[in-house]
This record gives sequence, C-alpha cells and structure tokens, in this order.
Amino acid sequence: MSALPQLITDWFAARGWQPHPHQLAMLARAEDPATLLIAPTGGGKTMAGFLPTLAELATHPHAGLHTLYVSPLKALAADIKRNLTGPVTEMGLPIRIEDRTGDTSATQKRRQRVDPPHILLTTPESLALLLSYEDAPRIFAGLQRVVVDEIHALAESKRGDQLFLGLARLQGLCPGLRRVGLSATVEDPAAIARLLARHPDPCAILQADPGPAPDIRMLETAEAPPWAGGGAAYAIPAVLEQVKAHRTTLIFHNTRAQAEIFFHNLWLANDEGLPIGIHHGSLDRLQRQRVEAAMVRGELRAIVCTGTLDLGIDWGDVDLIIQIGAPKNVKRLVQRIGRANHRYNAPSKALLVPANRFEVVECVAALEAVREGALDGEPRGPGPRDVLCQQILITACAGPFDAEALFAEVTSAGPYAALTRAEFDACLDFCATGGYALAAYDRWRRLMQRPDGLWQLRDPRAVTNIRMNIGTIQDTDTLQVRLRRNRGGKPLGEIEESFAATLTPGDTFLIGGQIVKYEGLREMTVEVSRDARKKPRIATFMGTKFATSTQLSERILALFAQADWPQLPAHTADWLSLQREVSRLPQQGRLLVESFPFDTRAHTCVYGFAGRNAQQTLGLLLTNRLEEMGLHPLGFVATDYATLIWGLDPVEDPAPLFDAARLREGLGTWLAGNAVMKRTFKTSATIAGLIERNRPGGRKTGRQATFSSDILYDTLQKYDPDHLLLQITREEALRGLVDFGRIEEMLARIGTRIDHVRLDRVTPLAAPMLLEVGKVPVNGAAEERLLAEEAARLLETAGIG
Amino acid sequence: MNACDLSFCGLRLRALGSGALFWPEAGVLCVSDLHLGKSERMARRGGAALPPYETRDTLTRLAADLDATGARVVVCLGDSFDDLGAAAALPEAERLWITRLQAGRRWVWIEGNHDAGPVDLGGAHLAELAMAPLTFRHIALAGAVGEISGHYHPKAVIRTRARAISRPAFLADRDRIVMPAYGTYTGGLRCDDAALAGLMRPDAVAVLTGAVPHMVPMPR
Repeated sequence: MSALPQLITDWFAARGWQPHPHQLAMLARAEDPATLLIAPTGGGKTMAGFLPTLAELATHPHAGLHTLYVSPLKALAADIKRNLTGPVTEMGLPIRIEDRTGDTSATQKRRQRVDPPHILLTTPESLALLLSYEDAPRIFAGLQRVVVDEIHALAESKRGDQLFLGLARLQGLCPGLRRVGLSATVEDPAAIARLLARHPDPCAILQADPGPAPDIRMLETAEAPPWAGGGAAYAIPAVLEQVKAHRTTLIFHNTRAQAEIFFHNLWLANDEGLPIGIHHGSLDRLQRQRVEAAMVRGELRAIVCTGTLDLGIDWGDVDLIIQIGAPKNVKRLVQRIGRANHRYNAPSKALLVPANRFEVVECVAALEAVREGALDGEPRGPGPRDVLCQQILITACAGPFDAEALFAEVTSAGPYAALTRAEFDACLDFCATGGYALAAYDRWRRLMQRPDGLWQLRDPRAVTNIRMNIGTIQDTDTLQVRLRRNRGGKPLGEIEESFAATLTPGDTFLIGGQIVKYEGLREMTVEVSRDARKKPRIATFMGTKFATSTQLSERILALFAQADWPQLPAHTADWLSLQREVSRLPQQGRLLVESFPFDTRAHTCVYGFAGRNAQQTLGLLLTNRLEEMGLHPLGFVATDYATLIWGLDPVEDPAPLFDAARLREGLGTWLAGNAVMKRTFKTSATIAGLIERNRPGGRKTGRQATFSSDILYDTLQKYDPDHLLLQITREEALRGLVDFGRIEEMLARIGTRIDHVRLDRVTPLAAPMLLEVGKVPVNGAAEERLLAEEAARLLETAGIG
Repeated sequence: MNACDLSFCGLRLRALGSGALFWPEAGVLCVSDLHLGKSERMARRGGAALPPYETRDTLTRLAADLDATGARVVVCLGDSFDDLGAAAALPEAERLWITRLQAGRRWVWIEGNHDAGPVDLGGAHLAELAMAPLTFRHIALAGAVGEISGHYHPKAVIRTRARAISRPAFLADRDRIVMPAYGTYTGGLRCDDAALAGLMRPDAVAVLTGAVPHMVPMPR
C-alpha cells in the first residue's frame, strides 16, 4: 500500500502541509517485515511511524489491537498519545488510542486486557508484563504492526534485549507482524536494524534529511568556572539571562543530585520569579506530572532536568537546550541538542556549560567533534543471559511451553541470534532448579517438565512473584520520602537506601528543589520536615553516569599536548599552565601518577585516560596490590581519565604497580572478592529472578528477615564457583565494568614511561576527582584499624575503656 | 582466640568474632538464629531457589568454634531452623553432621518463633534454659536479669573518620545480652531501632563481630 487515503491527504492539505519524503517512503514500505527509520528529532518521525497505521485503519476497519507502540519512557507514551489523538480526531478516524505504563490505573489496565484499543502505547516492561498473562494470545490477536520509538536508546541496554525477546514472542502470536524502528542519528544503523528485525529477516534502513547543522556553543560567563565540582553555580546568572531571552529552555544535567542543587541555586537567584520547574526520575509521580502538564500548557520558561527528558518528547516550543556539565559522549550530545526547535529545517540551538575547568576542555573537544560530525559508539556484545532467564520465567507465567519452540523463538531475536542450545539449556535449568552443583531442589523446583514434555511452574503462587519483578531497570534500592504525617504526609520523591542510612535526625538534604530535615525512618518511609534555614547536605541520588567515549579522551590528550590553548578561555588555559608548572599534563604514550596527602589520607592519582570502566578496574587491581603491600588502601574513585586512590599510607614507588603480567595474573582472583563484582552480581541476580526486589504484601522490610546479596555472592563463590550466575557476572563485568582490554591497551601504550610526581598538596588536575561520586570502598586491613581507633576513642569518651 | 571479654552477672563471658558467645567456666557455647534450611523454605513457598549452601556454611563455622573452644554444652538460642519443615527436610549429610557435632556434649535447642516445636534431631528441646545466674531464651523479656537472648539480629553502624561500618553485633548491659544472628543467610536490625534502643539500658555496649571484635557504646 503506497497511496495515502484521501482523508489524510485532505488533512495535510487543510493545514498547508505535505508529507515529508521519508514519511511517504515509510508508507511505501508498509508491507515490509521490518523497516528502520533514521531521522533527527522534529523530523516528523512519529508521524512517519504511524502513517501506515492511520492509512490502514482509515480504509480497513479493524477489530482489536492493530498497532503496538513501544518507547523507553512512560512520559513519551503519554506524549505520543496526545500528539496522535489530535490529528486522528481532526481526520475523523474511528481509532482508539490508549497508553499503558506503570502509571496506568489497575482498572484501566484490566479493561485494556478485555477490550484492547486500536493503538496501544507502552514501555518494554509493560509489554513484558502483558506477555506474561495467560490471555496474551487473545490480547494481541490481530496485531499488525509494532513501532519501536527511540530504538537507539533501547539498543544500548538490557531493556532493549528484553524488548527484542518480547517481539520474538509477539511474532509467534501474530505471524504477520511488521516491525518499525524509529531512531535518532547513530553511528551504525545496520547494527540496530539487526536487533529490530526477526533474525535473519532483512531490514531496510531509511534515512530522513538530517536538517541543518545545529547552532551549538559554549556559554560565555563573566565568572570563570570553579576548579572542581559539578554544580555550575557560577553560571546561574548567565543561564538566567538565557532563559529570559528564550521562550522555553531545557536545562540538562548528568545526575539528579546536580539537577537538584542547580535548581535550588537557580531559584535563589530568580528575582523575577520566572516559572521554572524541575523534572527527574526520583521525584514523586504527581510532582512530575504537574511539571509535564505545565510544560505542555506552555507555562514554564525553563525545566531543570536529567536523562528522563532526554528522549524525543515534544513539549511545547523549546527553543534552547542548555547542557550543564560535560556531555561525555558526542552522539548523545547531538541527540540531546536535537531536542530544541522541533520544527523541521530550523537549526537547533544549544549551549554547553562546563561545570568546572576540566569540563571546559571536554566541552571544547566535544564541540570540535560535533562540527566534524564524528559520532562515537562501541558495539554491544551478544544478548545477556540474565535477561534470557527472566524471559523464560515470563514465558512460564503465560502457560506451559515447549523448550525446543522457545529456543527457536529466542534465537529469532537479534541479540540472541548466536545463542547456543547449551547456553539456553543452562538458563532453563537455572530457572527450573537453581542450576546448582548440589541438586537440592528436586522437590521444590520452580519449573517442572510434564509427562507431555512441556515445562510449567510447579507452584502457581510463583506467578505473582515473577510478575512483580519483571524488568531490567536496576534502580538502587530507594526509600520513599514523605513529609511527616502530622504535617500532611505529602510524598516528595525517593532517595537511595544507602544515602538514607547515613542520615541522622536533623540532617538536611535537597529534594524536589526544597531543603528538608530528616526526622526519622517510619516503616520503610523516610520522614522529613521542611527546613529553609540550613544549607543542605547533598542527596546522592543515582543519576545516569555517562562514560566519556574513547574519541573524546583522545581529543583531550591531543589538546593537552598543545604549547598553548587559544581555543580555550583564559581561565582554563591558565589552569592547565599551572598544572604543567606544579606537576605536568598527561601525555600520549606516558603515564602520569601523582601522589599527595589530603584530608588525613594519602592519595595517589593515576591518569590512564582509559575510560571510566577500565579506570575503575585499575582502581580495583591497584588497591588489591596496595593491600598486599600493607599500605592500607581505603577506597578509590574512577573517572574517564583517572583513578584516585586513598589510603592510610602513601605510595612511594608506583612503577611495580603497573607490571602487566602481575596485573593480568591477579585479575581472576582479585576480581572475585571486590565490590564492583558484587554490584554486578546483584544486578544480574535480580534480573534473572534469584533476588526478588518486590514481594507480595509490600516490599522487603530491610529488617532481620532479609540479607544482603553480597552473602549470596560470597556463598556461591565458595561452594559453586562455576554457577551460571557467576559466569554471567564475570561476562558482564568483563564487557562492561571491567573492560580489561582498555587496561592492556593503556599498558602497551605507556610501556615503562611512568612519571611519578610527589607533591605536598592536591594538584589542579586531581582536585575535581575528590568530588566525584561513586567512591568504591576497599574492605581490607584499614577497616579493622579504623574500627579499633574509633572504638578506643568512643570508649574513652564514654569513660568505659 | 579472637574474642572480646564481657563481665556479666559476675561472670567472664567471651563474645567471639564469629558471633558466638562462650562461657569458659561452664564450657557453654551459645549461638543464636542459625536459620538452617532457609533456602529450602523459600523454594518450598514458591520463591527463588537460593544457593542451597547456607546450612553447610553455618555448620562449618559452628564446628570451627566448637574446636576452638572445646565447648561441653551448646545452646542454640532459637530460630535454629527457618521453620519446622526446614528442619525436617535437612539433607541426610547435614543431619549426620549435626549428630557428629552433638557427640560427647550436651546440646540444647531453645524454641524460637520460627521453630516453635520439637525437631527430629538429637539434643534437648526447651522453651528456655536456666543455668544460674544466666537464663537463655529466644526473645528478651522486659525486666529480666541475667538473660541471654537472640531474635532481633542486632547490627551496629559505626561512623569512623573514613566511612560508616556496619556489622552484626552483641548488645550488652548489666541485665541482658542480645546475641547477633549466627546463620549465614541472615540480615540485621540496626541497634538504633526503637525495639532495641528501648530494650537496652542507656549505658549498654555493642560488640561488633568480625576478624577482631570491637566494643563500643551502643549506637543510638
């Protein structure tokens, strides 16, 4: 079908519009089994995805679900519903459009299962949940098309792996299903096409006109950025001026904590009382929805936000994007600035605001890359098996299944095309019996094989548990924050459990732009009261932490090598000169190591420029060596450029630390016991269904009934080191968090050229490291020494000793 | 031995880094909240199949403490099994192991809220055990004196100059000792929780378990 029905042509004509060429191209390919459209934000991408649906429904009345739309964000589903309902109503088409996300009411969800709309807008998690119902075949009966929006974002995560497994399942239910992917500009469209299409179906890639080059600059401020920190408070006056000069500004931050602090400071300086809102994933849903609604009505002049607004939500007339903090990744930056000026053929306008002087260098490097159109990206490995384990459990919830058929279905999903039968069987065994070397669960196996060979859940009660734990998003454990009950009990949002554990009554922190005082923990809720007087402690919300790409790292090292820096602002050039004066600048082909005392501890900073993950691994390996050497390391923090290690005793000679053979040899054993592996294990064990985040009858109480996932990890290491979950943990760590390849590459690059600079204070370049979040503790002898010290002090104070 | 001495009711008791309490004079080793068979119970109730190794891990540590102390009497202070079904379902190898540990010593199972009833294993089953001047029971009673109890799985969080460290802990004042949980699959309740803060006297101490036990004023 390639002709646009008259109804729709008339609608375009009545507005003096005509369809974009790529929208018509999508219509022409409407019968293809899979099509990927690459288009800039604002390129009428969504309409391109839905035009074939509207055309089909305009000419052929359809009963039940026709098109399923999946996006990574709940807000995006709601937004598309709004933007699609308008034209559909105006065209007078009898099409019912509904969204279904975690925010949809239970009543509405039940009704949707009985009587599905023509177009259902949802998220990968809600789709997975739908597929776990026994009546999934009836819900999806007649489904013709599936549209995956922002597929470039999904393709980078386990949410995408889960979605592509879900599509394989859907294809089994609806053999004629056609798939469409909508993507922002990416470096390797073919890789995304392979994920989208049923393996080994072909998938055409359509490219829309990318539009004019963006107008992107670094924000000029009267005041220089600070030497360290991520708040960018110095830029508040300049940012306010920009907000005043534009209709609507989106102010992006890399972390929620930074967004909170910036918003707080912005309000303190907002003398004119401009309507400015805040939006991030830790805020209470009602608060987020209020901001979204105000935005749609055009009532807000600016929104301070994080990655939750990253994707193509079309909220009114955004004419300026401000990125606070270094963009870390050229591709993401390009996608983010595409958010401004949602009119085709108008250049997007964006300003970069470095939060500190190191980020000035990063921003300049990123601007150069954007101008050259050099996108970055690294290929993802095969689909992870923890997601597969969850998929097997989801399948079992829907009813008895045949292992052979499920294997065939799973390997038709792009990420799992190369999965072997043995790998699949190991996952099935894990789901059925736990997959332990000790066969302990013959009686209580989770899945059992029936006489007819089909697999089913032994205990139907398990269905509730499994459904409650669907999804691959791993928020760290969070606690709800409420105003104390006798003062209204209003929910404000969430904070991390680990952060809550550090609070004592009277402590203050920021949430939703207000300062609150910690009153106490009641059941699993953090009770607070408003407190406007004090300076807050900083809430360590999780935020997406981007890793700086290899390309950017290399550009920065090249920049460092210049004799002077005409393209940098004077303050930053002066700062680099100062670093060159008191220490030196990191160079290609050499390794700079600085040692200095700070805050009663000895610090060593290693400028490896190997990327965050490799620098993190280096931190683990080096702290292990230091522990062996009796130097009492306490912890480390890694950025994309350096690893900063602190401990009780100073490092005298770093050269032996970088012996490649010893680092390699120790990798296996050292990795086993460290915190990063435990964190990785927790994530995979939760996805695979070994750890249940949610239990019927309320969440885990965090009291004596529950115990840490670290105990499970240690127990498996001790008694069952070849267990599937430990294999998955090692795989995940090696490909993601460990990235030993980059360390090898770095070691080869530096050879023996190690420059150790010892100083009596923090160096200009090392200072920002001290404020990095994500510090990794080392649990070694230093902990015993600290406890002994503190115990002695406490006993003495109490007069008991 | 890695232990911290506690003076209690005129006795010298030793809080071991493992979480066991030893009374050298009477040769009594007390452990609380073993929660043996926890993984079996979870699986039976349709939950996840946890690594089924917690019983052998707990018994391995208990055997090491028995070797190190040469205890003549063992008091398991309740919640020794995650429930009575878990006790009944212990694999043969682990039942035999417990029998071996019991050989040549007096063994007392105190009833807990998880295992309130006799189990089909050797040893005496008691609601509580009096050994003057001490009384062993699972859940502390208000107003009791000379009482050793468990149940709460206390843990203490100490803020040091570098970081906060959290460990299972003994809580002790002049009237009572509340034991940390000994079982491998157990979590903890912070001792500043109202249930524990209200139970202990203001001058109570906490002994943090670990490679070296550390005594501190009980954090509140």
